[in-house]
Amino acid sequence: MSKNTEFVKFDKVDKSYDGKVLVVKDLNLNISEGEFITMLGPSGSGKTTCLMMLAGFETPTNGEIYLDSNPISNIPPHKRGIGMVFQNYALFPHMTVYENLAFPLRVRKVQKDEIDKKVDKALSMVSLSGFESRMPAQLSGGQQQRVAVARALVFDPAVVLMDEPLGALDKNLRESMQYEIKHIHENIGVTVVYVTHDQGEALTMSNRIAVFNDGKVQQLSSPDKLYEEPVNSFVAEFIGENNTFGGEVTDISKDVCKVKLQNGEILANPISVKSKGDKTTVSIRPERALINPKDKMDNNQTGKIEEVIYHGDHTRVRLDLLGNKEFILKVPNSSNELDLKLGNEIKVGWNSQDARALDPK
Amino acid sequence: MSSETKQILTTDGIPLEISLKKAERKNKIKAFLLVAPLLLFLIITYIFPIGEMFTRSIDDKMITNMLPKTFKSMETWDGKELPSEEVFASFLSDFKILVEKKEHGKLAQRLNKEKNGFNTITKKLFRQVKRNKIDETQSIKEQIMKVHKRWRNVEYWQAIKRTAPPYTSAKYLKAMDMYLNEDNKITQVSEDRRIHRILWLRTVEVAFFVTVFCFLMGYPIAHLLATLPMKYSNLLMICVLLPFWTSLLVRTASWMILLQQQGVVNDFFVMIGLVADDNRPEMMYNKVGTYVAMTQILLPFMVLPLYSVMKTISPSLMRAGKSLGGTPFVAFWKVYFPLTIPGIGAGCLLVFILAIGYYITPALVGGASGTLISNQIAYHMKTTLDWSFASAMGLMLLGGVLVIYWLYNKLVGVDNIKLG
Repeated sequence: MSKNTEFVKFDKVDKSYDGKVLVVKDLNLNISEGEFITMLGPSGSGKTTCLMMLAGFETPTNGEIYLDSNPISNIPPHKRGIGMVFQNYALFPHMTVYENLAFPLRVRKVQKDEIDKKVDKALSMVSLSGFESRMPAQLSGGQQQRVAVARALVFDPAVVLMDEPLGALDKNLRESMQYEIKHIHENIGVTVVYVTHDQGEALTMSNRIAVFNDGKVQQLSSPDKLYEEPVNSFVAEFIGENNTFGGEVTDISKDVCKVKLQNGEILANPISVKSKGDKTTVSIRPERALINPKDKMDNNQTGKIEEVIYHGDHTRVRLDLLGNKEFILKVPNSSNELDLKLGNEIKVGWNSQDARALDPK
Repeated sequence: MSSETKQILTTDGIPLEISLKKAERKNKIKAFLLVAPLLLFLIITYIFPIGEMFTRSIDDKMITNMLPKTFKSMETWDGKELPSEEVFASFLSDFKILVEKKEHGKLAQRLNKEKNGFNTITKKLFRQVKRNKIDETQSIKEQIMKVHKRWRNVEYWQAIKRTAPPYTSAKYLKAMDMYLNEDNKITQVSEDRRIHRILWLRTVEVAFFVTVFCFLMGYPIAHLLATLPMKYSNLLMICVLLPFWTSLLVRTASWMILLQQQGVVNDFFVMIGLVADDNRPEMMYNKVGTYVAMTQILLPFMVLPLYSVMKTISPSLMRAGKSLGGTPFVAFWKVYFPLTIPGIGAGCLLVFILAIGYYITPALVGGASGTLISNQIAYHMKTTLDWSFASAMGLMLLGGVLVIYWLYNKLVGVDNIKLG
């Protein structure tokens, strides 16, 4: 069975609230059927607006959104058949859990015994069987969250939208809910559009991630690609931790380029630099830079330890390296033999492959 | 498991409960002292006057004190035939004391209220007493009966006997257009004199419809207030509150200017050709005027509780309702509306209770067919000076409000009220 790769399609969508500023600029995005796609970005980047346009609570200023090849701009929200999980759950406080779940079925005039069956199934899916007669206020945050998810799924929508659904939960609960939602998605194969500003959440749950900034999709790719191969410095900065050097390209070949820094020179992987003289920001993930490397590496530098921060499973070491005083290294807790003391000089090496020369900041 | 609960001790060995009470006593005294002035104020200005009103409304001691001997001798009288010589004699001796104190007029007034016709015969008796025409060595009964033929009528003596108890429910019965007849039975007054019941019904009717109108007009306004962006909602809020900042009298007077037959509204109707110039509808000095003015004046009391409740309803709930497949109407009716019920309850209760005792507006724009029970109370307070009757009606009004409150509590639950 071939899946529709354009199940949801944003086609040249612009959105402006006041006629002066574009919140979403020329958005083109295809979402395949059954995919878990996450819109990730800082607040104000337009991701929630996109979700609201898809749900029908906002209309695109320009362009069209297609759902299963049908334009939906003129379809009111209640006819779109899109499930939605809201930021603060939006459970109806005056209805029991059962009534909350039955609401979408009742308005669709589903038979009573059919409703019972579906509500039962949805509740057991989120492991809340037996909570039918509780009021939302009698549930914990995590339980309310699960009811909200069950309610968005109970009427078998083609697409489910989730707007920062885990934002109000504490860290442990958030993590377990991430897995739970991921498993539900895997089991029923519904298309999920998920909005969050939490990159950890995005990386663990999604098939693909669209990183939003300034109303535009900066990069759309799978989580590993996004992390390993960011295409611009915003993505590199936004996703995960990042060490950067600003400089100028002095020599460039196919796989490697030479970047002159304020005090030094490094080899990097040319991603968005084209020619000599281009300004660039070189980005290196902390875990790609090793202390006292045993293997041969094409960048070898010496830095002074400025700060050592204990993090339990690893230790963070802040170095003064090539004029960057914020150069972070992650040292696993297993490598005890290292002498990490303030003021010590240590050797650091990395491959030019992992130092990505991106657009200047 | 044993049901015995072990007493918990503090580290010093004092039982925990006692220790806790001790620790909290100081705070309790402080808290009490803080509210004490208000409590005192409430007792002086609220509880005490209500108690006073109640005693006044049932008090009938004046006449009991005026005719002590008469009532004593009447105890043995069966009330069917004319009373005995003894009753007449004690009545005369009571009456003489009253004449000396110049209080016979009050007696005449009080007795006349009980039965028409006492005024004349009391005056006649007074003249005889004044001129010392009554010879106490002879049968007093005969002499008094000669003063006026009504003294020979047993109904008048029955009327006197009815006034004997120091407390009376007559005022309350009167407010319901009823009275105690000769046989001590509750009887309706004749049909052409039943005015109070009409007033009560009209009061409830006006209060009910004013509440309905306020609700119908206030709900959308409150919704707008709660959902509009700040800069517009503030302006609208000022418009809602503006009537609060204007004197009640000024507002009512402005309605008079608008609604009278040569007023602005009528002029406008004539101008657009809705009514003929010589056939201007009367919109004032009747119920229409009362409805219009009271609705406008009481509207903020509906809007504000509704607004405060609607403000707390997250807009995402309506969105959730719609995204789950409910039409906008279904989302409103099943999700939004039930959540506003606490505000509706508070607003309606507030408006109804205020409307049921409303005074100035109906007095000014109500005319004859638009006056309410409160106007009647004021009339008896100021014009007839029958304060006990006014008190009785006032208390009945208060009782009515309490009954409504109780009913509301039974039906909706007072805990559900949200005033802000």
